[in-house]
Amino acid sequence: MAKRVGIEVSLAVSHAVQLARAEAIAAYPITPQTHIVEHLSSLVANAELEAEFINVESEHSAISACIGTSAAGARTYTATSSQGLALMHEILFIASAMRFPIVMTVANRALSGPLSIWNDHSDIMGARDIGWIQVFVQNGQEAFDHTIMAFKIAEHRRVLLPMIVNLDGFILSHVVEALEFTDQDTVDRFLPPYHPWHQLDPKKPVTMGAFGMPEIFAEFKMKHQVTLMNSYDQIMKVWQEWGQLTGRDYHPVEHYKTEGAKILLLTMGCLSEVAEIAVDELRDAGVPVGLLKLRLWRPFPFAALREAVNGAELLIVCDRALSVGGPGGPVLSEVRSVLYPLSPQPKVLGYIIGLGGRDVPPEDFKEIVAQAQAEAELGPRQEFYMYGVRG
Amino acid sequence: MDKFDVASSQKYDVYASRLLPKEEYFTSGHRSCQGCGEALAVRWVCKAIGKNAVIAHATGCMEIVSSGFPQTAWVQPWIHVAFENTAAVASGLEAGYKILARKGKLAGHPPKVVAMGGDGGTSDIGLQALSGAMERGHDFTYICWDNEAYMNTGIQRSSSTPYGAMTTTSPPGKRSIGQPTWKKNMVAIAVAHGIPYVATACPSYLFDLYFKVKRAVETPGPAYIHILSVCPTGWRSATDLTVRLGRLAVETGVFPLYEVVDGRYRLTIEIPKLRPVKDYLRLQGRFRHLREPEIEFIQRQVLAHYDLLLKKCAAPYPEFPPLSHAEEGA
Ligand SMILES: Cc1ncc(C[n+]2csc(CCOP(=O)(O)OP(=O)(O)O)c2C)c(N)n1
Ligand code: SF4
Repeated sequence: MAKRVGIEVSLAVSHAVQLARAEAIAAYPITPQTHIVEHLSSLVANAELEAEFINVESEHSAISACIGTSAAGARTYTATSSQGLALMHEILFIASAMRFPIVMTVANRALSGPLSIWNDHSDIMGARDIGWIQVFVQNGQEAFDHTIMAFKIAEHRRVLLPMIVNLDGFILSHVVEALEFTDQDTVDRFLPPYHPWHQLDPKKPVTMGAFGMPEIFAEFKMKHQVTLMNSYDQIMKVWQEWGQLTGRDYHPVEHYKTEGAKILLLTMGCLSEVAEIAVDELRDAGVPVGLLKLRLWRPFPFAALREAVNGAELLIVCDRALSVGGPGGPVLSEVRSVLYPLSPQPKVLGYIIGLGGRDVPPEDFKEIVAQAQAEAELGPRQEFYMYGVRG
Repeated sequence: MDKFDVASSQKYDVYASRLLPKEEYFTSGHRSCQGCGEALAVRWVCKAIGKNAVIAHATGCMEIVSSGFPQTAWVQPWIHVAFENTAAVASGLEAGYKILARKGKLAGHPPKVVAMGGDGGTSDIGLQALSGAMERGHDFTYICWDNEAYMNTGIQRSSSTPYGAMTTTSPPGKRSIGQPTWKKNMVAIAVAHGIPYVATACPSYLFDLYFKVKRAVETPGPAYIHILSVCPTGWRSATDLTVRLGRLAVETGVFPLYEVVDGRYRLTIEIPKLRPVKDYLRLQGRFRHLREPEIEFIQRQVLAHYDLLLKKCAAPYPEFPPLSHAEEGA
């Protein structure tokens, strides 16, 4: 039986981890991830979750310990943000290359400097190429659902890759929302106990993490690339199955009022909900605008995106991170390159918004659409636009 | 009789050798240099930890010489993740087996978890992860291969490089005598964590090493063993002198062999009369540039340190109150 509850999103994520029966958690506190791991540690302390909680001394050790618990054969979870994710960076590549199905929540937060505890996507964009599956969620329900689904996706024999669920720090992690908790029975039916495919076991000894000479290295990378791309089908299957169980369907690129839209906004994370309001109002005012929400970041949904922009004249990509000295935000440059083979293709303009927790109200999206229309007609005159920056 | 009684086992060297395992867990065919003391130590440590063990290994010489895909020299299950996080990986392994055992998902005894790393991976870059793991009281054994420099990257100094030694980043010159600082006391750092078992060892004293490792893995809670591992390549020493150099390090008091059980120090190899450090230094090219006054300084320091160690061994009280992790966990 599903239950509707009002709860802080962080706690909902912890509850999802509990329902998924995670067996090992290693984490280090960092705002705005803290409520998730605090709650998990109390669940473990109260024997409400049968798991080992390792209070490591850094994020570097958190992800390293997760590799250890996963190599031992335990279902493993961790969470972090910002500087913590950056400190893990070296090990993130190793976790995916060694095919450990660790699930991690990243409560997205800006990276220093200047020091900022508030939300943007610069942490995860720095970890774009780590070979993990990555999704973005826009509200508490999605955070809850995708946390449970992540275990099933990651642990599938044909996937065996770690997975990150990105949720916006504070703006999403710390709000109280009404959402539907799926009951334990349903989750148990959906997510069977974890049986590791490879494991460190003295009865069947193996060597993990051998080094690769130049003769073999590229072959490993190719396998990783193929596996990550092939995980797409499995992700779709798991999402469909969850949809059938709960009535909540998810897609790699979600559409909002895109029928007949000449102008498309593209957003990720909880900005999408704000953008919906702007789209509603613009539509009421007769502007033919729609919204694409990019949910699946890795593997990148090439076909779904190309199909989604079909018929649009202008695509406005909103990035919550800046690739300093580069061609705009990371999402913009990827989207542009994905659409490059299309003909005809929409004009693509990039706007960088909401850095370091700057509020983005619906009016900003309306303003961006107006500005972008004018710019598109003129040229455009810049590689990308930093929206609303003073001075 | 205490089966770990190292002193009495030394008396029966001739017979005891027959009791040591014949199985090879670190197989031949690895690519270490000729006369490598680390490889020798690894071989015997692996014998001592036995079959039901899992090894987490740091980046460094022993990882590189033993694990070039698709080959491996490791018979026990083995994992390498990175340079500085071995103790953290071992923490995870230990916690993982613990929860699997509690949930009835593990048949038989959980494997012993052993972490291994060089002196760089232990006393420098990996110190934080090691300190965290010891503080948390994981039931694991950490073994440091101390060849006194970063050998895998080409003989750069580490905090474990002895005073005066020449390395590629502590070269002697007009303004330098080589390594300018005294070797970091990693053993004291381990002891300061209040863990139940800490020891030094050297493969030149095989039984001493073997029984210490056995004791370490059988001690509940964290254990730490610091193993002096002669490196002919980095020490600029003849490859047939490895075992002798290890002996000389002990006989000169440069590297005393002792253990600290629940905070109590005990010399396991007693040297009635120390030899002059010169006997040890002059066989190694890395000390070739040292002049008389520097050697005298080293001699004085070694004696002072040795003296302090003897005082610790004679102390009526342990280094920390006798609450071991074993009792805590019981
Ligand atoms: C984060 C990081 N920094 C540097 C290196 C390069 N590196 C690999 S092994 C090594 C030295 C290893 O020295 P030590 O731990 O003393 O072991 P040894 O090779 O001497 O046995 C270094 C510096 C690395 N792998 N990772
Ligand atoms: S460099 Fe030294 S420690 Fe490394 S394999 Fe050669 S002898 Fe052994």
